[in-house]
Amino acid sequence: MVTATKSTVEIDAMGLTHRQMNARLRELVADGSQHIILRNCYGQKYIGTNLNTSVEIEIHGTPGGALGSFMKGPRITVHGNAQDGTGNTMDEGLIVIHGHAGDITGLSARGGKIFIRDYVGYRNGIHMKEYKEKKPTIVIGSSSQDFLGEYMAGGVLVVLGLDLAEGEYHRANFVGTGMHGGVIYLRGKIHDYQLGKEVGVAELDENDWAILRPLIEEYADHFGADAEEIIGRGEFFKLYALSLRPYGRLYTV
Amino acid sequence: MKTYLPAKFIVERDEARCIQCQVCVRQCSFETHYYDPEDDEVCSREHNCVGCHRCMLFCPTNAITIRENPRDYRQNFNWRPEVIEDIKKQAETGSILLTGMGNDKEYPVYWDHLLLNAAQVSNPSIDPLREPMELTTFIGRKPERVELDPVTMDLKTILAPQVELALPVMFSAMSYGAVSLNVQESLARAATAAGVMWNTGEGGFHRSLQKYADNTIVQVASGRFGVHPEYLDAARIVEIKIGQGAKPGIGGHLPGEKVSEDVAMTRMIPQGSDAISPAPQHDIYSIEDLAQLVYAIKEATNYTKPVSVKIAAVHNAAAIASGMVRAGADMIVLDGLRGSTGAAPKVIRDNVGIPIELALAAVDTRLREEGIRNRASLVVAGGIRRSTDVLKAVILGADAVYIATSALVALGCTTCQQCPTGKCAWGICTTDPILTKRINPEIGAERLTNLLRGWSLEIKDMLGGMGINALESVRGNRLHLRGVHLTDTELEVLGVRQAGN
Repeated sequence: MVTATKSTVEIDAMGLTHRQMNARLRELVADGSQHIILRNCYGQKYIGTNLNTSVEIEIHGTPGGALGSFMKGPRITVHGNAQDGTGNTMDEGLIVIHGHAGDITGLSARGGKIFIRDYVGYRNGIHMKEYKEKKPTIVIGSSSQDFLGEYMAGGVLVVLGLDLAEGEYHRANFVGTGMHGGVIYLRGKIHDYQLGKEVGVAELDENDWAILRPLIEEYADHFGADAEEIIGRGEFFKLYALSLRPYGRLYTV
Repeated sequence: MKTYLPAKFIVERDEARCIQCQVCVRQCSFETHYYDPEDDEVCSREHNCVGCHRCMLFCPTNAITIRENPRDYRQNFNWRPEVIEDIKKQAETGSILLTGMGNDKEYPVYWDHLLLNAAQVSNPSIDPLREPMELTTFIGRKPERVELDPVTMDLKTILAPQVELALPVMFSAMSYGAVSLNVQESLARAATAAGVMWNTGEGGFHRSLQKYADNTIVQVASGRFGVHPEYLDAARIVEIKIGQGAKPGIGGHLPGEKVSEDVAMTRMIPQGSDAISPAPQHDIYSIEDLAQLVYAIKEATNYTKPVSVKIAAVHNAAAIASGMVRAGADMIVLDGLRGSTGAAPKVIRDNVGIPIELALAAVDTRLREEGIRNRASLVVAGGIRRSTDVLKAVILGADAVYIATSALVALGCTTCQQCPTGKCAWGICTTDPILTKRINPEIGAERLTNLLRGWSLEIKDMLGGMGINALESVRGNRLHLRGVHLTDTELEVLGVRQAGN
């Protein structure tokens, strides 16, 4: 069922298959809708794929896997949690999740921004890459599980560790394994053994803060947090690739 | 460290014929030939020779002969020269042995043990020179049944997207970066001229080749290089690459020195950084995950094109293929033991996977038994050398084949296995701006188009001899084959009867 106003449209997603629902989204976008509200979303996958405009999509309920995969342009807000594969190979646009997200969030992302209020699952930001002005960004409010930023080749990954108690360490292991580009900003304690061999650890300098501060402010804007309070917690580290060519000397012809 | 590795080849220069023109010096990208100004003489460093025969073919006076260095160690079946030299190489470098092209070991080539039938007396053969022969092949999901409108006789069944091939041969994936842009352009032009498909591999789709989009398959692989909505939109088929016959289960590293400005732009990564294709795709850990990616691509392209899934032919290929079809693949590709590569660890290339003939027969049989063979086209790759291999593959159950080595050989490749060095003297497997000029896309396309034309004529000849005028009539019809020199088990897996039986 669809109720239309001038440019805001509501869809009741109850009972729709993902194919029906995404076809409907494409029709609405083709008709010039700029703001679409999805009610009663129950696990429909691939929302935001193949829309290719900056349409605003508000999702109430729980979207299915691969939310915004291959996405170019849309600005998606989820009032709830997201499942696996959010922003897979994403190209451009924005995904804001008022909750937590599953595994492989932002895998191979090439651009765009993903903000997750709470925590994420495993293998997030694997093999993100960048080219010139195209630079993907993922900001995670709480923490991540293992393999965060594995094979990372570009872009910015931020983990704010807001759920960590005083003195508590991050739980993710193998952070940045095989990393050969991009940067991870981590707030909170982490043991050396939790990091991949290919990762260096550094204090933040002015250039880093010039990137990180606006991202924390944007996170605070989306979720009603206090940016200064987050920054004031301290314990920010930068994880970076020690080499552009981590596997240079493995082979002989 | 002094190397204990002998030269693999002997360079013979016939002094009576040599005119000191130095063509060989300029042609050899491995610096085997050099000019010594003191003695005013062209000489050789035989250690550098890879046996690619470029100098031999370009010597204007036929003065050069390249022969294999016999390396006559004491004869020993177990400790052959290759084994001894591999050990020495590793003792000197401590590295993984890297190689190119396909498996060159003596595993059985089943194509050579399968014989075709011909019509005699009880049915007439057909002369393809005077009668129409049909090789047209459609790639894509076929319906369970077809319904026609009883009055108009129009098709009522809604067909899934189909891609038409003029003959059942496509060019297999070779990425820009692994091969040169001129090679890709040769393939793209030839595919367009011949009415077949070429495949970008996973190195992105160069903008200068976008005009060949209607004959292009693009790949989504573990590196996801250059994958964006326009890339998916442009192609006729999108192929998810899980594995490759030359290196099942292994990822790939395009070394930073091959990532030029142009390669960087096409792959959309910084210039000079390693392009790492991880071993698995980390969003595919199960058939259900595969289904999610297949349908993400279908959604991203609005169900307008077939989605292919390619795997290396491995031990349980049949069960995996069944899962791939159930995950929504419209085309499945099996790449066999002899499939080639621009770079693979030698031990993997030579020891992992199964022959394509056995995998093909097993998968086709399995999909038929499960009643889902119509849901996906079956394409095989890995060691298809001539038109008979193509026809035998179709009879074993393939819809089409992919060729890559054969195509490169058509362009000049002599399978010297130096692909990973990036110094290919034939200008094929390199991004060196000077070497890549050795392939002229216009001539390259002509050579490839000629090859496909030759194969197409031969296939029609063989079909005509069998008394059959459409390839569709022999597809999966294994009674047209008989086996020789095969065990009962091999015959059983191939689903083929013993010759004379």
